[in-house]
Amino acid sequence: MDLYIIVFYLFALITLASAAIVVISKNIVYSAFALLFTFFGVAGLYVLLMADFIAVTQLLIYVGGILVLLLFGVMLTTKVIRVDMRTATVRTFPAVVIVAALAGTLIGIFWSTDWPQSPASDGFERTIPQIGEMLLTSYLLPFEIASVVLLVALIGAAMIARRERKAL
Amino acid sequence: MEALENLGVWGSILIAVVWSALPIVFILLYALVTLYAEMKIAAHIQDRLAYMRTGWHGTLQPFADILKLLQKEDTISSAADRKLFRLAPYVVFMGTYGAFSAIPFSSIYIGSNIDLGVFFIVAVSSLVVVGILMGGWASNNKWSIFGAMRSAAQMVSYEIPTALAILIAVMITGSLNLQDVTKFQEGGIHNWVVFGGPLPLTQKLLLIPFTLVTFIILFIASLAEVNRTPFDLPEAESELVQGFNTEYSGMRFAMFYLAEYANMFLVSAVTVALFLGGWTSPFGSFLSGPVWGLFWFIGKCLLLVFLQIWIRWTLPRLRVDQLMYTSWKVLTPFLFVCIFGVGLILVL
Repeated sequence: MDLYIIVFYLFALITLASAAIVVISKNIVYSAFALLFTFFGVAGLYVLLMADFIAVTQLLIYVGGILVLLLFGVMLTTKVIRVDMRTATVRTFPAVVIVAALAGTLIGIFWSTDWPQSPASDGFERTIPQIGEMLLTSYLLPFEIASVVLLVALIGAAMIARRERKAL
Repeated sequence: MEALENLGVWGSILIAVVWSALPIVFILLYALVTLYAEMKIAAHIQDRLAYMRTGWHGTLQPFADILKLLQKEDTISSAADRKLFRLAPYVVFMGTYGAFSAIPFSSIYIGSNIDLGVFFIVAVSSLVVVGILMGGWASNNKWSIFGAMRSAAQMVSYEIPTALAILIAVMITGSLNLQDVTKFQEGGIHNWVVFGGPLPLTQKLLLIPFTLVTFIILFIASLAEVNRTPFDLPEAESELVQGFNTEYSGMRFAMFYLAEYANMFLVSAVTVALFLGGWTSPFGSFLSGPVWGLFWFIGKCLLLVFLQIWIRWTLPRLRVDQLMYTSWKVLTPFLFVCIFGVGLILVL
């Protein structure tokens, strides 16, 4: 047994177990907190793929930003614990067909893919200088467009928040 | 080490465990000292004596406190959410301790010499926010939830000035790895980033106003990040009893306390590594070396921790709106000007 394999299965277990809680749990707060461990596990998997920058960004944005926002949203709703989670089965037939098709495709891909069993490279390469250079040369336009879109979203959010205050 | 490496997987796991357990030994010792120092400094600022009976000048008091905490009953209120209530202290401490792995204590000791360094620290500290929200919500107590909400809002909004201030230091040093950042500042006090770094004289002189302002802002923002006075709204004893950890007792409370103290050291360590030369000696090659490095690093950090304690007994608490005003309308615009200025100077 390689240390790499052990760590991989550990993170995979964390990710899958917590993701299962997110879906199955009847308590919406448990779901939100279980997401923390899902994000954490996925970040660990990124590290094992030698993508350290993506891993840390995943932690920063999903745990530090989105999850906190989500928790605020959940906690500020009045009924936290006994929320009517609609988990009843409706439209069984189309659901079965779609799920079967999806599962078939996924299993097909799973069997036909040649899964690598070891890390892509032996050691960490310095990824940040490369990412920085790429963002400011080859991918400058998408980078700038993304930043403008984010800025627009930010201004939009501020506008909506302002308007509500005026109405009161 | 070689004998252990020959053991294969278990050897490497053992090395990793020992290597990563070193900071916890340090944190425990440091917490004892700071616990004592905080009470003594507070007392002397207020013209009191504090502990005098347990040992010489009360030096045994921290041990007595720990012993007391160990004996206390671990109470969980019946209306609390037991699972999350139990989990929360660990999540908070995990976030803090995870960040210690990228702190360069000395030229030979850094938990994990990763390229991302300070970016990793900023990211992993955000686990603390989630842990605090978890504890506050699970307590099922209105003071706790108020404290947790305030704490989360405060930490999330002060992450922006902190990150921007860190960015300025990174722009000057050109690396996110704190070990590289420290090596960049080697050669004495005049090479520290707070004094412009080891750049040509004209650039350095132009940089100094910007770096000084950034350093001060980073210190202010880090006070808010660790919920210390004047930003202690989440704990505000006179309003919220004890904030998010009101319902906690015994060792679970001690975990929160330890995490808070560890966090104080952590933000100081980041500030020291980025702006005050990390483990480098202020006298150039005089008194430098791996062991002296450890001494200088911890010494500089404890100095900032002392400053944090000092400020606690000097300034009153801010109101919530003043808190947000400071972050968004004062610190952030100043930092934008600094980023622009530093960028311009570095390019010219």
